Amino acid sequence: MRSSTASLRLHVKSALAGRVASPFRLREARVPVFVPTGIAALDELVGGLPRGSLTEIYGPPCSGKTSILHSALASRTWSSEVCALVDAQDAFDPSGSQASGVLLQRLLWVRCRGLEQAFRSLDLLLHGGGFGFIALDLGDVAVRQVRKVPLNVWFRLRRAVEDTSTVLLVLSQESNAKSCASLVLRLEKEASRWSLQKRKSAEAAFHTPGCLLDGSACLAEVVRSHQRHKKLHFIDGLNRQDGSAEGIARFAVNSDQYAAEEMRLESGLLPLQEEQPKNRQEELEEETQERVKKPG
Amino acid sequence: MGSPRTGMTFCAIFVPDFLLRAVERSEPALRNKPLVLLDGPAPTFRVIAVNAMACALGVTLGLTKAAAAEFSGVEIRLRSKEQEAAAHAALLDAAWSFSPRVENTAQDIVLLDLAGLTTLFGSYENVTLQIKSRCTALGFDVHVGVSENVEMARISAYARPGPTIVPAGEEARFLESLAIGLLSPSRELAEVFNQWGIVNCGGLAALPVLSLSECVGQEGVRLHAIANGKGNRSLIIAEPTHLFEEFLELDDAVEELEPLSFLLGRLLDQLCVRLSARALAVRTIQLQLELQPGFEKAFDASKEQLRTKQFPETFYCTLVLPRPVQDAKLLLKLLRLRLQASSPKAPVQKIQMRAEPDRALAIQCGLFLAAVPDPDKLELTLARIANVVGENNVGSPELLDCHKPDAFRMQRFSASEQAALDPKEIEDSKIGFRAIRPRVPARVEFQGGQPVHIWFQGKSGKVVHASGPWRCSGEWWQERGWQEDAWDLEVRVAGEDRLWSAAYCIVFDSLEKEWFVRGSYD
Repeated sequence: MRSSTASLRLHVKSALAGRVASPFRLREARVPVFVPTGIAALDELVGGLPRGSLTEIYGPPCSGKTSILHSALASRTWSSEVCALVDAQDAFDPSGSQASGVLLQRLLWVRCRGLEQAFRSLDLLLHGGGFGFIALDLGDVAVRQVRKVPLNVWFRLRRAVEDTSTVLLVLSQESNAKSCASLVLRLEKEASRWSLQKRKSAEAAFHTPGCLLDGSACLAEVVRSHQRHKKLHFIDGLNRQDGSAEGIARFAVNSDQYAAEEMRLESGLLPLQEEQPKNRQEELEEETQERVKKPG
Repeated sequence: MGSPRTGMTFCAIFVPDFLLRAVERSEPALRNKPLVLLDGPAPTFRVIAVNAMACALGVTLGLTKAAAAEFSGVEIRLRSKEQEAAAHAALLDAAWSFSPRVENTAQDIVLLDLAGLTTLFGSYENVTLQIKSRCTALGFDVHVGVSENVEMARISAYARPGPTIVPAGEEARFLESLAIGLLSPSRELAEVFNQWGIVNCGGLAALPVLSLSECVGQEGVRLHAIANGKGNRSLIIAEPTHLFEEFLELDDAVEELEPLSFLLGRLLDQLCVRLSARALAVRTIQLQLELQPGFEKAFDASKEQLRTKQFPETFYCTLVLPRPVQDAKLLLKLLRLRLQASSPKAPVQKIQMRAEPDRALAIQCGLFLAAVPDPDKLELTLARIANVVGENNVGSPELLDCHKPDAFRMQRFSASEQAALDPKEIEDSKIGFRAIRPRVPARVEFQGGQPVHIWFQGKSGKVVHASGPWRCSGEWWQERGWQEDAWDLEVRVAGEDRLWSAAYCIVFDSLEKEWFVRGSYD
């Protein structure tokens, strides 16, 4: 029996000689290299985005996906890596991303109209090689359409990016890549912050066209990580009550520096109802009433 | 023969049967076939050149086209001035690749100064071998002659396939047995020599100079000096040109891209060989395709059609490269992708390709710099993506210097190695904005000057929080002026299968008097 097994092993080895170096030895696990996302809380939680792997970040609209994308792009472009963004619905905002620190001249932006164009472009980019960071933004594609993408497409993407130094990031509203992604993050918006307390005029530093949205607080949960073997905790679990839950990170995205400082200092993210700032319309009305009350 | 010399040494490069070689250069398959070249006014074409195989079949010069066509297996081609000009330019390129001192002697022969080349290649034998191999790469089988005498070099190239190196002082002995016709005498003088019974250079050299001068004048004296190996002269230096053009005229028009790309590949090969011989690379390719007139138009006898029939339609295609390229295969792939995106609407009957040259780039990669895509591969990838998403939808965004929201333009993407910048310059993470292009119309319900409900893209939502308006306008001094009131809204939206809260930016276009959703914060 033993001799027959040995002869079989020898036969398999000789048949695979030249193609497979050692067919009966497991591939040595690669030590993953991580690159920072540009958001300290996230980097602390997951160590950054892994190279040579597919990373999926999903969440409903306004959950902070785009903010993470901009931060990661800023981090990578400032490291002089060549980045590419495959934008399935042409939703990328160049001025906002530049305000986030993205060096636009080092970013290849592929403006697609639909999933087919996006996946074909992504395939070409991955096989072209040389990009340090490639993002596929499916954030605005209807959830039902993305669900129809067969699993083998995600598997092919994972294989294409394997053994390269490219970070492949996919943004979507739902998790689709399943086990093909080595890191899956789920995002959720906790609160938005609005104010008009200290600003009454537009400044170039303000990002929002209305100049009135200060930012929002987001929550990220690790759904899958090949590097973490600990028990993960979920957003709706018991650990949600305290912010120090394992597998969860909270971070804030802001429209300007002033708001960022303010949000760090305050513990509550949404101002109380009575503290809510008056909007511009109300202020204008009050000013008008005061003028009317004044004699002359 | 190969002893080191003092003084100047010249080389002549001669292409025998130049007219045939010019045609064979465009169609290499003709090299192993009997070939006949025709020229003359349109209905009465006459044979002006035949190759050895056609000659063996019995085809002679001066035959009509119909008579030449009776020989089976003979390939018949019309003489093309453009092809000859391209072949001559290629011959000059071969000469300029060795020396800047080149004389454009005739269509089929060029002379060059070999001064200093022995330090590069060793002996003159090596120089001539290099010249021959470069000319072979350009599609010519040439005769090469080397001498310290310009005329001697020219005659030796005419006389023998070579490479022939005529040593100094041996000129007269070399010329002794050569036919007098190689000295290129005028027709009248050739007749005179013929009447005198002088058939070779040795006979001419033996004549007394004074008597010869009295009989036939100064031309006779000049030829006598050449026959004695003394008639030296200076080179007439030609200015190097940077015109790289190739032509191909087709007997049968080509309709499909596959055979067309085969022909384009041949032209690109020729251009790239010429350019690389001059240490140059392609920066821009200009392709001009002459199209066959439409079948319907052939029967259209209207005045307008008759006028336009004389000028066939032309298809233009320009390929501008971000960096100089010498790889013909890469250029062909890029050109194919371009033609796939916009192909000619009729069969192609004539191809003209022009390359704008630039210095070939020499890049040294940094050991500690971030890896970037291979420039050639990147260019191909970008062209392929452009074929999928459109030319204007791939590149790097560049913000425009104006206050209009979402004002940017796409520019060509190029990746070059750069040192990493200081990451401290990156500011805190900012809220991201997702644009909706084009902005979508919306219906907004107001109560007490505040938006309370919004409908757009088949969705509706209750406004939880609203801030605004922020009025901005611009370019009001132009026709394309804009003016809008922007609001930031937090809306509780009912989606496909869930309820979520999202922040949107909506604008009221004061000129169109309509609400639009510009995008969302994410």
